[in-house]
Amino acid sequence: MPVMAKPRWLWMAVGGLAGAAVWTLAYRNLAGVARWVTYGLAGLEPGSRLSSAVEFFLYEAPKVLLLLVLVVFGVGIIRSFFTPERTRRALAGRRESVGNVLAALLGTVTPFCSCSAVPLFIGFVTAGVPLGVTFSFLISAPMVNEVALVLLFGLLGWKVAALYLATGLAIAIAAGWVIGRLGLERHVEPWVFEVRAGAGADGDAPLSLDDRIRAGTDAVADIVGKVWPWVLGGIAVGAGIHGYVPEHFLAGIMGRGAWWSVPLAVAMGIPMYSNAAGIVPVVQALIGKGAALGTVLAFMMAVIALSLPELVILRKVLRLPLIAVFVGVVGTGILVVGYLFNAVL
Amino acid sequence: MVITVYGPGCARCHETERVVRNVLAELQSDADLQKVSDYQAMAAAGVLATPAVAIDGVIKLSGRIPKPDEVKAWLA
Repeated sequence: MPVMAKPRWLWMAVGGLAGAAVWTLAYRNLAGVARWVTYGLAGLEPGSRLSSAVEFFLYEAPKVLLLLVLVVFGVGIIRSFFTPERTRRALAGRRESVGNVLAALLGTVTPFCSCSAVPLFIGFVTAGVPLGVTFSFLISAPMVNEVALVLLFGLLGWKVAALYLATGLAIAIAAGWVIGRLGLERHVEPWVFEVRAGAGADGDAPLSLDDRIRAGTDAVADIVGKVWPWVLGGIAVGAGIHGYVPEHFLAGIMGRGAWWSVPLAVAMGIPMYSNAAGIVPVVQALIGKGAALGTVLAFMMAVIALSLPELVILRKVLRLPLIAVFVGVVGTGILVVGYLFNAVL
Repeated sequence: MVITVYGPGCARCHETERVVRNVLAELQSDADLQKVSDYQAMAAAGVLATPAVAIDGVIKLSGRIPKPDEVKAWLA
């Protein structure tokens, strides 16, 4: 059959182009479709609270989901070039400073799940990755993630997304460096250093282009499949706030004039466990009602970078003083960033 | 043959165990399936990301859920 004989890359290219065309067409027509459904199909009255909330939801929800599919696919392919084993080799024996920077950067692209935080911690430390460098990785990996960036970009614009990326990395680098300087190795459970860590998977089997594309689609199925209810829920709450909460309602309590609102936001965010997908739409809606950007971003960072379940898991390898220092240093970094955003924007 | 599934008990780890178990049943394999949730043992085996699967002590996969076809290939 001549059709079957055509090279695979041709089919992949055609499929890719068709997908890109469908994506672009959908993305460009979202605003019109949302308006048509709200006012034409549902016949809601323009200017009412309900119609404003409905139109907001119908526009933002598919927009963010489309962006997520695209970016998660791309990041899935990028991640197929990185493995925890390779990152460990890159960081082992690395000096601090350079090591902290490298660890924070690698934390953004190395596949990581907070449920593997403990084996990863042991594997890094026993392979000669300095404690502070390991922390730079452990801070950056959950905090600077593609889902947060997409939502910030889609809902608040590229400037906020870029600031988030830059300050998230800065916190991971600085906090890891500080923890390294404090010489807290004695607060790591002693058995960790006695583990004779095995070499682990070589992870060097070369991947084909097919494998990498499959890694991208797997990432979409896995990540978008997991966060979509959060996105829809978050945007629904955001739409409610958007339509029903009066303008400037929050200026007094969450505005930049209220200095105490930043530490309060961080303190509230640390024990909370959510992901960026649920929290960013709410953040965006709060900003629309007069909350200061730095305050709500600090809240969001605290929610996704520090969480009670992860701290409980880390307690298996870290003693309480080290956990307290970890929370304190990262929390302080987030606090600084919150005040900084409030001051410059 | 010994198949080891490493995982502290997260949802993805249970899913991995299920995939392996189904393949073993399908192939009517008599391979021995072990579950390891102890962090010390995981680290000693060199596991950095969970879930991980090892065949006779050699790590075949870590950080994701295996596909049934992958498991079949390891067992072949």
